[in-house]
Order: sequence, then structure tokens, then C-alpha cells
Amino acid sequence: MSEKPKFAMYWAASCGGCEIAVLNVHEKILDIDANFEIVFWPVAMDAKVKDVEAMPDQSILITLFNGGMRNKENEEMAHLLRRKSQILVAFGSCACEGCIPGLANLSSAQSLFETVYHTPSTENPQGLYPQPQTSMQEGELFIPAFNPVLKTLDQVVAVDYYMPGCPPESHQIAAVIDLLVAVLQGKASLPARGATIGVGMSTVCDECPRTRNVKKIKQFVRIQEMTTIDPQLCLLEQGLPCNGPATRSGCSALCPKASAPCIGCYGPAEGVIDYGARLITAFSSVIDSKDPQEIDRILDGIPDPAGQFYRFSLAKSLLRAGKAAWKVE
Amino acid sequence: MQRISIDPITRLEGHGKIEIFLDEEGEVANTYFQIPELRGFERFCVGRPVEEMPLLTNRICGVCPEAHHMAAAKAADAVYHVDPPRPAKLLRELLYSAFFFADHTTHFYALAGPDFIVGPDAPVAERNILGVIHKVGLETGGKVIQARKFGHLVVEMIGGRKVHPCTSVPGGLTKGITEEQRQQIEQMGRWAIEFARFSLQAFNDIVLGNQAYVDLILGDLYTHQTYSIGLVNEKNQVNFYDGKVSVVAPDGERIGKYAPNEYMDWIAERVEPWTYLKFPYLKKIGWKGFVDGKDSGVYMATPLSRLNAADGMSTPLAQEEYERFYSTLGGKPVHQRLAIHWARLIELLYAAERWVELATDPEITSDHVRIVPSEKPTEGVGIVEAPRGTLTHHYWTDERGILTKVNLIVGTTNNYAAIQMSTRKAAQSLIHRGQVTEGLLNRIEMAFRAYDPCFGCATHTLPGQMPLEVTIRDARGEMIETIRQFC
Repeated sequence: MSEKPKFAMYWAASCGGCEIAVLNVHEKILDIDANFEIVFWPVAMDAKVKDVEAMPDQSILITLFNGGMRNKENEEMAHLLRRKSQILVAFGSCACEGCIPGLANLSSAQSLFETVYHTPSTENPQGLYPQPQTSMQEGELFIPAFNPVLKTLDQVVAVDYYMPGCPPESHQIAAVIDLLVAVLQGKASLPARGATIGVGMSTVCDECPRTRNVKKIKQFVRIQEMTTIDPQLCLLEQGLPCNGPATRSGCSALCPKASAPCIGCYGPAEGVIDYGARLITAFSSVIDSKDPQEIDRILDGIPDPAGQFYRFSLAKSLLRAGKAAWKVE
Repeated sequence: MQRISIDPITRLEGHGKIEIFLDEEGEVANTYFQIPELRGFERFCVGRPVEEMPLLTNRICGVCPEAHHMAAAKAADAVYHVDPPRPAKLLRELLYSAFFFADHTTHFYALAGPDFIVGPDAPVAERNILGVIHKVGLETGGKVIQARKFGHLVVEMIGGRKVHPCTSVPGGLTKGITEEQRQQIEQMGRWAIEFARFSLQAFNDIVLGNQAYVDLILGDLYTHQTYSIGLVNEKNQVNFYDGKVSVVAPDGERIGKYAPNEYMDWIAERVEPWTYLKFPYLKKIGWKGFVDGKDSGVYMATPLSRLNAADGMSTPLAQEEYERFYSTLGGKPVHQRLAIHWARLIELLYAAERWVELATDPEITSDHVRIVPSEKPTEGVGIVEAPRGTLTHHYWTDERGILTKVNLIVGTTNNYAAIQMSTRKAAQSLIHRGQVTEGLLNRIEMAFRAYDPCFGCATHTLPGQMPLEVTIRDARGEMIETIRQFC
């Protein structure tokens, strides 16, 4: 009956916010429905992995894949959908660059288990941890094995396009849907493979309505320490570590508009290879000192450099993970 | 040959898995509800500045980021020993009420509604939101979308973003709202009250007006005698944002109330090797296994338990519905799990009334929305009610406010043991002599859907959208049947 191109969306290790962002396009969902046959989308429809496995390779035109690669099951789904899809989009920060859960790469999987299954409210005198296989009286039970580090989608399979954001903003999702429909109608062509889509080509600062006076600062401050937050002035110039200068535009500077610093969820700006390195450069350029000791003191005002510079991008960064994460117990 | 081992398909789909084992006679010997994922926030938040927790823990769950945002903000306030100015607390609760309204709407209409409005035995193809709209009319469908939109708009006005709000900081909020915004919020809230009343009326007509549904709700299949917990204000009325957690025994006796910083005297968590999620239980009662009764520490934290744990509602229309609820169902406490759906609608009305109450408070547009903490940060607990249960965040920091330890007990997790029991009971009641039918699947689904489970908080699944796989095995462990459905 339907000769429409096939569309799929899947979540690996994620929070569900990407799905909510897609649902928040409201009536645009109908455009997807009108132009595509939705063949697999666990949140929205009765979908079965078996059905996907039965499809010929390359039979899905486009798959939006969100979530990071936290366990073996996530990786298996990535391989399956890569095989079945002509176009695989890393959708949202987790799939693109690891997002907040990627900060787990600063510690070993062992220490993660030791923490989670021994929190102060956990009673675990036998030191039990979840196991891939457990023998119960009635039989064997299985859960997917946990990976030592969280990987991004493109560290597991080849990715055609990247659509960052935590989550991608709904107006950007709508714009990408419009583009896809135009491509299908022959009115537009696809961007170059490997491109980042649904974004701006500049930085959050360029979208931010706050005034910049190219003022330099003598100290960094933390938001709860600020007696007032000037509603018009650049947050970085008020001393607040704001990640706008290194972060890709596309969100329309939502957080700075609400007097909260950009935390970098749209990932590195166009052309930036390592997000943290670019941000360090940006912060360095606003420091008002040439005295190494004073510079050190000012930089001490950033209490958590690993989190500040790699909050969303650690798993994709040149660092990828801390030393501890690679240690095999 | 059906070898048990793990079917690769099972693992591929394993967002939530129920394993059912049958004995020699083909009766249910046991069931296991497994959660196959872990991300480890309690570990990797260590070393981060405490003021970032409202932003980092948002990412635990994109369905209820508002709940984590608020619990984290309150824990961070406590870490700094700071009490935010009244307008800040009003605004946070206003955002939170609008969020609850949108969330409960989604659950009732899109997720649970199909079971009642369309019918539990209707064909699978009709048991979805489109089936609901078909039954109640397109106009209602439009109202449901409008309700979600309004809720998200208020979240964005106060929280800066529709998903993952960003404005709560230790000591209050980064910004207030204007009078123009306040008027819009009030107007939307008044519409929300009417929508909630309409929803209760629909429940009344369609569900309570149908004896078969009433029998289903009141039947033994979906009943469990467990403890109930829920946040209450100083008058023991339901509150989502602040107060103490009231704990009520299966016989209705309130055995105590705990303040956020006392939670560890009351709640403990148990580890099982066959699942990544822990099982919380009442520490004072103790863990006796997956069993009912006053001696078992199993509890529920749901809309129903909040009503059971409270003495009433603080808003007039919701209070009327509260009274009608208990007089219809034969007094407190109510243990029939399907009544959670009705309780959720009473909370929907409360959320809308509270929304208007807060939006019309003379202080709501005040600029005084934050105070600068002056004390050294140490340790603090924040508790709110998430739509799916009591949410607890506990942080320890060094003297710079850098986290040294984190403990989280999230909404749905509270109900993990109860969900385990409900699905087992449904399976035991419905499977006999190895006979499995498709109708069984939806009946088992209904058992856990009532809890509105959001394993996004532990994994990544939308509320009630648990992709479910049931594997049936015989006494030798051979897999005899697998039924799957993404509900």
C-alpha cells in the first residue's frame, strides 16, 4: 500500500527528553506521518526489533538515533539500525558527544558500581552487584553487560549527520523535517555527509541578546555568590563562567536569556575540534592579567575544570575518558 | 530447540523485561521484572559544583526533568543552609504545578485512557490515543494538546526552557516573572481547572458509569495491601513541592511523618543481581520479600498513595473529589491499584487549582527571588513529589560546595517492588496450565501501567510506554512462548 520512504527513531542510553522534544513539534508530526512510513519508533508505536531485522538492509531511508552507548545492547541496536538505514542521524547530545552521562568516563565502571550499590541508604552487606547472568532457582536471568566507558554513536558505527542539543530544540527539529520533505519533493538536496544539521553556524554568543563590552574580568564567580545578575550585560563579563563562546548556536540562547549561563548542550561550534580546548581559549581571553600567579588565582575560580570544559562533550573529546575508566580491574 | 539462554532479540529490546517461569503443572512459579540499564549519576556527579545539580540531574529523565530540577534545587538550598525568599518558592511551585498538570494529562489520555475509554479488551490497534480521540471526539483531542502546551509554556516562562529548566539556583531563582506573564499564566490556569473538571466528569461517565470497569477496579486481581507514602503540608494535605513525607500502614494508621533530612531512618534500598535497579523499602518495617501486609516493608508512592497518606486536599474542588473518591470506594485507605488512575485525576484538578492560587498571589511578581547564601555548604536533602512518586536527592559537599557524595531515590524506583508484585499477581491469576493468550498481555500491562512507571529515571522509557516483553518458560527452563508489545 505504502510506497513512502521509511522513517525510524530509536533511543539507547538516554533520558527520553529527545522524544519529548520531537513530540513538542506538535502538528509537524503530521508532516512526518504524511511523507514517511514510520516503521520503528518505540515511544510512539507498536514496533518490534524482529520486524526491523527482517527488513532488507538499507530499507529505512532515515533513522534518528538518540542516546549513548552504555551497554552491549545499545551497541547491538546501533549496528542493526546502521545496517538497515541509508541515513543514520546521531540525534541529541548523548548520541553526538556523550552528554552528561559521558562524565561517567572520569571513573572506572567498577567504582561506579561500588558507589551506586553502596550508597548510604543501600543495605548491601553481601556486596551484590548486577550481573549479566544470574542463576535463580527457576532458571537463568540475563541483563546486558555494562561497558567500561560510555561511547558516542560514531565511536560504534558510521554516522551520516549530527543533530546536537540537549535536547535539540523543537523549532530546529521542525526545520529539519521541512528540509527532508523538500528533499523528497526534489526541491532541495541533502547536506554533505558528516554535516551537523538543525543548528546555527555560529556560537551561542552570536544569538545572545546580552550586551558585550569586551570587558575583562579579575575573577570568576559562582552564580549563587552573585548579589545581582545584570539582565542586560554579558554573563561572562559579569564573571560567570558561561560556555557561550565555544558552543554552537541553534538554541537561540535560551539559558542566558533566563539569566543562567550557557552550559554547552549544543556542543562545539562549527570547525571546533575539541570543545574544552576552545573554551579554555575563550576564557583565557577575558582574563584581565598578565601575571602568572594572578592568572592562576583567577582560574582557581573555576571549581570543576573537567566538568566546566567537558560537561557534555567528554566522551567525544580528544580525552574521551579519564585514565581510571580504561583501567581493567 | 528453544534454548533459554538469552535470546538476542530479548536483549535488544530489553527496556523492561518480565520473565515468567512455569512449574510442572504449567502454573506460574515466579516472575521477574528486570531493568536492564544503569547510567550512574550518583558516581559521576561527585566532583561537580552543587549549583549544577539542578542542571545535571535534569538529564536523569527528560520526561520529568522538572522534578529532578526542583529536588536538586531544594537539596542545594539545604546544603547552603539557605531558605529562599517566599516569591522564589511560590514561583518554583507554580512551575511545578503546571508541570504536574501537563504530565498527568499525558498519562490519563495517551497512556491509561485507552484501557478505560476504549476498553481493556478492545483490539490492540484501537487501544491508543487515536482510539481515545475517536471515542471522545476530536475536540477533546485538541484540548489534550492544548493542556500539554499550556503546561510547557508555564515551565518555559519560569524555568527558561521547555525541557530541562535552568533557572533554579541555591537560594532561589535567577529571575522572576513580569505582570504580563503572570496574567497569561493565570488565564491558562483557569482554563486548566475547567479541563481537569471535564476530565473527572469524563472518568465519571465512562468508567464509573460502567459496571464492568468498576468491577475491574475493585476486583482482587489488582489489589495489594502495602504501605502508602506521600508528601503533605503542615495540615496533612497533599503537596507536591514541600512538606514532610507521611507514611501510612495498610490498615490506614499513620505510623509517622519524616522531614527530608530524616529519610534514611525510614527508607532503605536492596540490591538484586538480576536487575540494575534497586528496591527501596521501609527500613523500620524491614524487607520480607515481595509480599503484602503490615509486616512487609514494601510501599507505594503514587497518586493513590499520596491521597492515602494525606488527610485531604488544600484546594476546594479537589477536596470535594477527594471525599467522593473515598466514599465511593469504601473509605481509606484504598488498595486497588487501578484506582491510581482516578487519584491521578484528582491530583490533576488540585494541580490546576494550585496553579491559579499561586498565580494570583500578590507576591508572585516580586523581584525578590533569590538570596545569597552566607553559610558554609555541608550536606542537604531535597524532597519533592514527582508525578510517579516521592523523589529524594541527598548531597554532601566540601567547604567549597563541591560534591563529595550523592544519593538519589527516584520516583518510579519507590514502586519497583510493588510493580514486581502486581505483575506477578496478574500473571498468576491469568496463566493456568500453560495457557497464554494475547489478552493476558494487556492485563499484565495494566498492572504496571497504573503506576505510570517511568524507568527513564533509571533507564529511558516514557511513562507507561514500557516496551514489554513477556517470556514464558516451562519447569525445565525451556522457553515456550514469547509475547512482545510496545504499549
